[in-house]
Amino acid sequence: MTMQGERPVLEVRGLTRRFGGLVAVDHFSFSVREGAIHGLIGPNGAGKTTTFNVISGFYAPSAGRVFFRGLDISGRKTSALAAMGLVRTFQGSTLFQEFSVLDNVRVGRHLGARAGFLSRLLGTDRQSEREADERARETLAFFGLEELADEPVSNLPHGHQRMLGMAVALAAEPKVLLLDEPFTGMNPEETRRMMALVRRIREGGVTVMLVEHDMQAVMNLCDTITVMNFGALLVEGAPEAVRNDPAVIEAYLGSAAADGAGHVA
Amino acid sequence: MPAAGAGGAVRRLAWRLRLVFLFAALAALPYLLSYSQQEIAVLLVINVLLVSSYRLLTLTGEWSLGHVVIMGVGAYASALLAKQLGVPVPLSTLLGGGAAAAVAAILSFPLFRMKGFYFLIGSFAAGEIIRLIWKRFTDPFGGPKGLKRIDPFPDIEAGFLSIDFYEPVNYYFLALVVVSASLFVLYRIERSRIGLTFHAIHWQDRLAESVGVDTFRYRTLAFVIASFFAGIAGGLYAHYVGAVNPTRFSVDQMVYVLVWAVVGGTATFHGPILGVVALTVVNEIVLRALGLDTVRPLIYGAILILSVLYLPNGLESLGTRLRARLQHWRGGPAATGSEPA
Repeated sequence: MTMQGERPVLEVRGLTRRFGGLVAVDHFSFSVREGAIHGLIGPNGAGKTTTFNVISGFYAPSAGRVFFRGLDISGRKTSALAAMGLVRTFQGSTLFQEFSVLDNVRVGRHLGARAGFLSRLLGTDRQSEREADERARETLAFFGLEELADEPVSNLPHGHQRMLGMAVALAAEPKVLLLDEPFTGMNPEETRRMMALVRRIREGGVTVMLVEHDMQAVMNLCDTITVMNFGALLVEGAPEAVRNDPAVIEAYLGSAAADGAGHVA
Repeated sequence: MPAAGAGGAVRRLAWRLRLVFLFAALAALPYLLSYSQQEIAVLLVINVLLVSSYRLLTLTGEWSLGHVVIMGVGAYASALLAKQLGVPVPLSTLLGGGAAAAVAAILSFPLFRMKGFYFLIGSFAAGEIIRLIWKRFTDPFGGPKGLKRIDPFPDIEAGFLSIDFYEPVNYYFLALVVVSASLFVLYRIERSRIGLTFHAIHWQDRLAESVGVDTFRYRTLAFVIASFFAGIAGGLYAHYVGAVNPTRFSVDQMVYVLVWAVVGGTATFHGPILGVVALTVVNEIVLRALGLDTVRPLIYGAILILSVLYLPNGLESLGTRLRARLQHWRGGPAATGSEPA
């Protein structure tokens, strides 16, 4: 619970997103404090992923607004959001599979390695490229992947690919990092390492918001948890409060996450 | 580090030597050819630029059916600038490239709302619209008959030096210089971060976008650069042949470009160049000698099918395969490294 300011760095107000007749997100509001690790959970189909995709600019909201550091960013392009410091990751192993590990992170340095067209052509961008390379290697070292820099991504085991996905995002120097199910498909050991890394990322001054199914990880990692159900806010609070909230237990009963022991996870 | 530096220097020297040999061979080539073969060599050099510029566009993952029409935009623009406004031909060729790039920049707004198959069809439609404009507006485009008596490249008269570009040999060297310079630029673009970004968009455009790559802007950039050089190829063509018409830039011609690129292989820079050279040699020497040049489309179709079936990565993969085979026979390090013996 360190370093948390009062000012919301990310705020969603009255967000609605329809797909034809289906209302995936319905007047949903929540906010993420600066420096927090904030979890967004809910049963399948609750609208978490849709919310995530609207915040990261993949969908425009049907109604409502998204604010980033006080600025209305609703409907802006994903690349423009990345330039402002709002960077997302993807589920599964969404990577540049044909590239080496290092080149993946080099693409992540896209915004940091600025140079004009002519200097690219003439090779006078060497200085900025060398810096980008160094930063990419530092980022890989942070995730313990530096030994694998020249390996093709397709040779990496699943857990490493997930970490590389986060390395690509972190290379873009986000202020807020949006993690889309970072622990899915990981074994307990990988999950433990990933949680430690997320904490270290937060200690580096990055606010983290994540959507996740792994309750154990969410409860252990997050400062604040927002629970969604049927596209709307159900409960919000600290992990202990959310864990024992009757509404949350009821929402999860009958679904895989409910264990019948009177609390979630 | 010093060892790696020395290895790099040796490799660089080997590359330079290879380039010197290549250019020596290219310089000697026209003197080994008959007059009509020299004319074919000129067109081949121009086609190398056409297919190489096309490859740059395919780096972002989009395949267009309008590239030959874009070449035509350069050809028409350069021809009209020279004929009607008296712009000197070298400059008009450059401006022709600029016109092709400008048309591409405008077309990218509707076209890059589409991807994959839809982009392919969209680019075909856009190309047909441009060709209809050429056919419909006799002034200034000359209608279906097109433009004739296009100004040739001006002779160079400087004291004892006198170069007449009506001679295919001389135009061959002119085209060789222009195309080599263009290929160098295309190569540099691909090897820079811009090329990396193009590849990134091809493999995962959503991921590229998420770290700040404006994918629309980069797709447009690839399209504009490719079109610029296609336009230059068009200018070189127009001032050599002296006539252009809408049929010359029809989709039939585009199919040849696709066949060159696919048969050569688009994974490497030199793949499409290999494709256009190999197929031109097959076409002009083998087929002509056998008297089969009238069934060119049939043979091309057969070559395309065979290469897709048996050489899915194109002719360029043949070299890699042969090298691997050789290394295997010699028991080289690559073979022992990859196969547990």
